[in-house]
Amino acid sequence: MFLGQPLLSILELIKKKEVSSKEVFDYFLKRIEKYNPKLNAYLTVNRSYKSDRSDKIEMPVAVKDNFCTKGIRTTASSKVLENFIPPYESTVTRRLIDAGAFILGKTNMDAWAHGSSTETSDFGPTKNPWDLARCPGGSSGGSAAAVSSYLVPAAIGSETAGSIRQPAAWSGVIGLKPTYGRVSRYGLIAMGSSLDCPGPLTLTTEDAAFILKIIAGKDKFDATTVSNKVPDYVSLLKKKRKFIIGITDEYLNGVDEEIKNAFYQLVKILEKLGHRIKKIKLLSPKYSISVYTIIQRAEVSSNLAKFDGIRYGNDRTFFGSEAKRRIMLGTYVLSYGYYDAYYKKAQKVRTLIIEDFKKVFQKVDMILAPTTPIPALKLGEFEKYPFFGEMMDVLNEPAAIAGICAINFPFGLTKKDNLPIGLQLMGRWFEEENILNLTYQIEKETDFLGVIRKGVKNYPD
Amino acid sequence: MNDYQPVIGLEIHVELKTFSKMFCQCPAFYFQKPPNTQVCPVCLGLPGALPVPNQKAIEWTILIGKALNCKINRFSKFDRKHYFYPDLPKGYQISQYDEPIAVDGRVEMISKDPTNHVSAKKIFRIRRVHLEEDTGKLIHAKNGTLVDFNRCGVPLVEIVTEPDFDNSDDVKAFLEELQVIIRYLGVSDADMEKGTMRMEPNISIKSQKSKVKSQNQVRLGKKLSNYKVEIKNINSFRFVKQAIDYEIKRQIEILKSGKIPTQETRGFNAEKQITYPQRTKEEAADYRYFPEPDIPSLVFTQEYIDSIKVPELPSQKIKRYIFDFGIRFEDAFILTRDKKVAEYFETIISNIKNQIAKLHIKNQNYKQIIANFIVNKKISTDLPVEEFINKVIEDLKPKEVDKGLLNEVIDKVLKNNPKPVKDYQKGKTNAIMFLVGQVMKEMKGKAEAKIVREEIERRINKE
Repeated sequence: MFLGQPLLSILELIKKKEVSSKEVFDYFLKRIEKYNPKLNAYLTVNRSYKSDRSDKIEMPVAVKDNFCTKGIRTTASSKVLENFIPPYESTVTRRLIDAGAFILGKTNMDAWAHGSSTETSDFGPTKNPWDLARCPGGSSGGSAAAVSSYLVPAAIGSETAGSIRQPAAWSGVIGLKPTYGRVSRYGLIAMGSSLDCPGPLTLTTEDAAFILKIIAGKDKFDATTVSNKVPDYVSLLKKKRKFIIGITDEYLNGVDEEIKNAFYQLVKILEKLGHRIKKIKLLSPKYSISVYTIIQRAEVSSNLAKFDGIRYGNDRTFFGSEAKRRIMLGTYVLSYGYYDAYYKKAQKVRTLIIEDFKKVFQKVDMILAPTTPIPALKLGEFEKYPFFGEMMDVLNEPAAIAGICAINFPFGLTKKDNLPIGLQLMGRWFEEENILNLTYQIEKETDFLGVIRKGVKNYPD
Repeated sequence: MNDYQPVIGLEIHVELKTFSKMFCQCPAFYFQKPPNTQVCPVCLGLPGALPVPNQKAIEWTILIGKALNCKINRFSKFDRKHYFYPDLPKGYQISQYDEPIAVDGRVEMISKDPTNHVSAKKIFRIRRVHLEEDTGKLIHAKNGTLVDFNRCGVPLVEIVTEPDFDNSDDVKAFLEELQVIIRYLGVSDADMEKGTMRMEPNISIKSQKSKVKSQNQVRLGKKLSNYKVEIKNINSFRFVKQAIDYEIKRQIEILKSGKIPTQETRGFNAEKQITYPQRTKEEAADYRYFPEPDIPSLVFTQEYIDSIKVPELPSQKIKRYIFDFGIRFEDAFILTRDKKVAEYFETIISNIKNQIAKLHIKNQNYKQIIANFIVNKKISTDLPVEEFINKVIEDLKPKEVDKGLLNEVIDKVLKNNPKPVKDYQKGKTNAIMFLVGQVMKEMKGKAEAKIVREEIERRINKE
């Protein structure tokens, strides 16, 4: 009855009293019961919706299981936190709830967000809704799969480097990684603290803008949030603006032919729409891999130190092998005598990458690139590569390292395997409205080549 | 002994009495509160919680830095210091590593030379002043160890001196001065017993003998020995002295036997007055310091630093009391130990100015007289200032003496105390003081001691 309706449309129906929030809740609960056993997108379904609230306007949103939700189990997909029920609410979920959201459930992810396939989850992998033999990407794979299969109209994910955009690309939905500091990390179980960004995964650009507006802004509980004004992202979508869009060969090296073709197809459409395409030079994304790996591992080793076995029930033996690997590497790069060679040097290169983007953004408004070098991989593939995540996220890491905003949107399916192709726009710091505006223009012009609608149709009521 | 020179440096921790904790909004006051009642997700280090620095604590750390004549760094930052301990819920302490708030300070110890000139007798250099968070507390119970996180996250300032001390007396004097300074600033109770001021001395012994061995060692010897011993859990100034004295003796004995003391952390047993091994000293390397990514760097403008004003400090007050008020060094020192007393004294001095005529003092320095009243505790400083002044006036008033009564009393006292009288006659002139005292007592203070004494002397000598 609502199949494929984006969040804002459902909200409209509830406001007009054509349906009640309770009916919406029951609808998605039924779909979750039907499809979640197959997909394993949700770890926890929140059945606490009370019918006496049925006159209230409440919209269903799913949240990645690394956001603390008061009274709702939060595991970060790790057995270490198997029984952890947070006594407090993250700022993102607090703001959503205050804006009328009902947390429908907590979605699966790579344990501690360590991974790009959702296969390192201690509670089993999430399946890609487009092909159950494949992974949905990660680490926000549960959120991406839940939106793609319409087990929720919109979900929250978190990205350290690619964890929103990459699963959004592989699962065929929109995924927005805001600028670092735009959205509060308070209550988000930290992975790489200097990189982590919460953001929405949605069916439409409008929904992404709508959710960003709710969750963005200065938070007194997160000293790294900035007080820049939060614009009305939704109304800013509607203005038909013209942009200068940078493209670079550095982001096309080794990229799958079908994805490259989709990229060039879009370039033509953008030119037709009156935007200027400009060839630019950017540092090769490969430099970001080393920088990202060192900084992220260092921060991981520190952030996971609190799970020393004294609190939270389960001790360190419950860590999976990926977490252990990261803790060891992070501990090593921070050790005396190695700090300068690794962490400090990585920070210096990070500064260079930021400077590189600053220079480029003087010439262009945003950069268009593929989100991933290949479409969704089969389950189990990741184990063949010790740095699987880094390789799958190679095109996502520069933006994460620089802290700029970026958005993935689907753009067609591969002919070979009928899998979603994701492209991304990377924008200047705190200019989410620009990348959202162009994504919206692309949506209006191309309907993302029908990907999102097709994805939902694969999962009838 | 002269061959062995102690080298002592100090690490002092001072808990700030800010309203809220260092990185969250929990109350910082935890003394005697039921365990784990002053806590929140942030100070418990729950997953996802983030630290937000306390502006007041930063301001007060700058204030301490300025009071200790430090250079205030315009750029500073917090770092994570990693170690595992049950009272540290994040697995790391938020501290400051290579960019502390204040560096390169010094404390001048005021003293007097034989000609009553005030001078800085000794200067002890301050290496750094930084800000960090306190840890929780372990409570060892019968059936296990419990953790109380009430103290966790309370702002803690660490003051590190250069190894400029070579004896325990100087250390004690320095700590007492530091305590007075901190209390003047009003930023901490700096109470050793309550643990709001804690100190750990680092002690090693420079062996002079080894100095002549080679050029290389001369340089090393000048800097520090190649080991040091840190002493923990000292909770009074008296114990500081005892612990250091014991440790110096212990280390010299080891060195004399041809060995080198182990680099370690030792505890202090106050009952036995000895130190005992706790753990071998962890290298700084093991802490895996790195910049705290959850807190943006601190950048201070010069205007901001300038706006933080240091009040008049005790050493400055001493100088002013001596030079402007003409008060003896010893009294000036005592008057300035407690800021409240000093302020009380200064209020009296200023209020009494237009009442000097009532004091019946000729050429005496009334400021010194007031100082005497306070220092000798002759009049309580708990009284309101005006009452104190009235008592002074009363006390200095020439006594109206009832001559007849006085004679009667003297007769009685001399009669009842034949022994002191005899003693006096035998030449023990001090014995007269007892008699004067007895008379004063009988007269209930309504007589002048000087006159009483003269009268008694006259009587005894007449006999």
